Amino acid sequence: MAGNTLGARLMRNLNAKIAAIPMVTTALVVFLGGTAWTVLYSFTNSKLLPRNSFIGFDQYERLWSNSRWLTSIQNLMIYGILALVFTIAIGFLLAVLMDQKIRFEDTFRTIMLYPFALSFIVTGLVWQWILNPEFGIQHIVRSLGWDGFTFDPLNNPDVVLYGLLIAGLWQGTGFVMCIMLAGLRGIDDDIWKAARVDGIPRWKTYLFVVIPMMRPVFVTTLVIVASGIIKLYDLVVAQTSGGPGTASQVPAMYVYDYMFQAQNLGQGFAASSMMLLSVLIVLIPWAYLEFGGKKRG
Amino acid sequence: MKNWKLAAALLASAAMPSAGWATELEVTHWWTSGGEAAAVAELAKAFDASGDKWVDGAIAGGGGTARPIMISRITGGDPMGATQFNHGQQALELVEAGLMLDLTDVAEAEGWKDKVYPPSLLDACTVDGRIYCAPVNIHSPEWLWLSNKAYEDAGIPVPTNWNEFVATAPQLEAAGKIPLALGNQPWQSNLAFGAMQIAVAGLDAWKAVNIDKNMDVAAGPEYAAVFKAAADARKLAAKSNVQDWNQATSLVITDQAGGQIMGDWAQGEFQVAGEVAGKDYTCLPGLGLNEYISTGGDAFYFPKLDDPEKEAAQKRLAALLVSPEVQVAFNLKKGSLPIRGDVDLSAANDCMKKGLEILATGNIVPSGDMNWSPDVQKQAEDLMVEFWKSDAMSAEDAHAKWVEILKSGL
Repeated sequence: MAGNTLGARLMRNLNAKIAAIPMVTTALVVFLGGTAWTVLYSFTNSKLLPRNSFIGFDQYERLWSNSRWLTSIQNLMIYGILALVFTIAIGFLLAVLMDQKIRFEDTFRTIMLYPFALSFIVTGLVWQWILNPEFGIQHIVRSLGWDGFTFDPLNNPDVVLYGLLIAGLWQGTGFVMCIMLAGLRGIDDDIWKAARVDGIPRWKTYLFVVIPMMRPVFVTTLVIVASGIIKLYDLVVAQTSGGPGTASQVPAMYVYDYMFQAQNLGQGFAASSMMLLSVLIVLIPWAYLEFGGKKRG
Repeated sequence: MKNWKLAAALLASAAMPSAGWATELEVTHWWTSGGEAAAVAELAKAFDASGDKWVDGAIAGGGGTARPIMISRITGGDPMGATQFNHGQQALELVEAGLMLDLTDVAEAEGWKDKVYPPSLLDACTVDGRIYCAPVNIHSPEWLWLSNKAYEDAGIPVPTNWNEFVATAPQLEAAGKIPLALGNQPWQSNLAFGAMQIAVAGLDAWKAVNIDKNMDVAAGPEYAAVFKAAADARKLAAKSNVQDWNQATSLVITDQAGGQIMGDWAQGEFQVAGEVAGKDYTCLPGLGLNEYISTGGDAFYFPKLDDPEKEAAQKRLAALLVSPEVQVAFNLKKGSLPIRGDVDLSAANDCMKKGLEILATGNIVPSGDMNWSPDVQKQAEDLMVEFWKSDAMSAEDAHAKWVEILKSGL
């Protein structure tokens, strides 16, 4: 470190640094700049067009006394926790099953990954039809003879979130499975041999040896899945459009509706700033643990 | 010599690139149901016949979906030739920001001031004394549409007002019908509530709240009655689980539902289905209680374009939309009322005639779009969605919240 002057440090890997300039500029101007602008204007009373008249925290006060916003937050928390737990658990389980040196693994992997190739809009529409009582699952089961069978989650405010969850899981687990499978393949065969020599059952090996070794894979998956959950929008729009009533509203829909339908940019900006804040609350402790911890070693 | 000719030809073609060609104007709107599409085709036909070209830009999903797309195209620098809005405050800021074409000279040349009736329609297009939109029709949402056959099946006479409708609902339900059809989209429950406001609370209370913005009346007993009526309607509509308004209308057309509260545009659907007013279906303006209708409606706005040729075409289209022939052809298909009193609508059916009569007697009020900002309306809409779809919210709670929302818009 002693001979490293500033100039020398700048010159090192110069090509790579020049190549990174466009991306760095985009990140600074578009992401950071856009974010700062949005947060700044959330303190104004902008209506259809941005205006520079600041009104303090009024937009936030209104936001947090709005019952639709509170429902949205609650819905997102329920959906988020369930989706996070189930996509990772099911994804890992599928990956473990795939890892048992089965035949036609490629075929199964393709089948599992197919839903991920569909957009949320298509997924939402398909599941809207499947769950529709007139021609979906309920109709099929009834035509098989069970006349009293009722399965209508999308029109029942109490269970509509689980209807969304089914579609979300169907779409997302295949992708998680692939990441997990890659992680499992990265485990050295010697570990397995050692475990076998010690007489540890397979499930215990997975639980206490393999999973801790796959920590980076889990962390990556967690971040990808969680960020997908917070921006949840198109699935809901296609499947339920927030209904019945406000039972499946999510924060992103509130942002869009108030920015464009209510022509109240300030309110929409305040809501999106709150979404940003909630991402940061999740992300900062994680980043601190993940990157701050490195210095110990 | 040869070069000189060539140069002249080039110059001519550069100066008049579209001489002999029709000017294309893209027109965006959200008219996509059967009856609406038939009506908008009339506008396109008339514009094409006049020598220009109508490029249709229909956006499906209703005004709530379409307006954000239109506004972001205009503010984002990709304006269309003309676009539908409801007259009132929806496009107000766009006009104030100078993004819309001033149509005052067209309006003066065509004498809109004397012809457009009721004058409030033109007032809603006017900002600082300049006119920025061409009204095309009058729509009133305060109508109750009833299926005669459904009542025949239940063995009871067709109700003549809202109170009878509520009273006969149990018999209708016993006959296996849904008493009230209501689509799940947010604006529809809001519309039903709006219709009840004027029908149940009456004109004086309505005016005190929506025009004079008297919040004591809004919190008073007249409006408590409105919320009670809405709570009744909520029970009657519990079994209806369709999304779009025309699906709900189709429940009435196919006699599965007793009635629907919907604007007069529902008429277009009955017409496309071949039903006859008075025989197959009955319409009750003002829910049969107070025969007042509000005169909202659609208007076309013309975003400013840099091309003088297109601007001329925009002005031609504006003049065309208000012209008597187009008014008659369009409104007959659409089921809406014309914006001028001097056209012949003898071809109109029973329901349209009821509307025309009310219009002629002057029992009209301005529409919500003209009285409240989109922000207040959206909040009220959110409240209505929550109220209509959850039995947990009592009429009193909803009433109190509603007054709070109105206060935020003062």
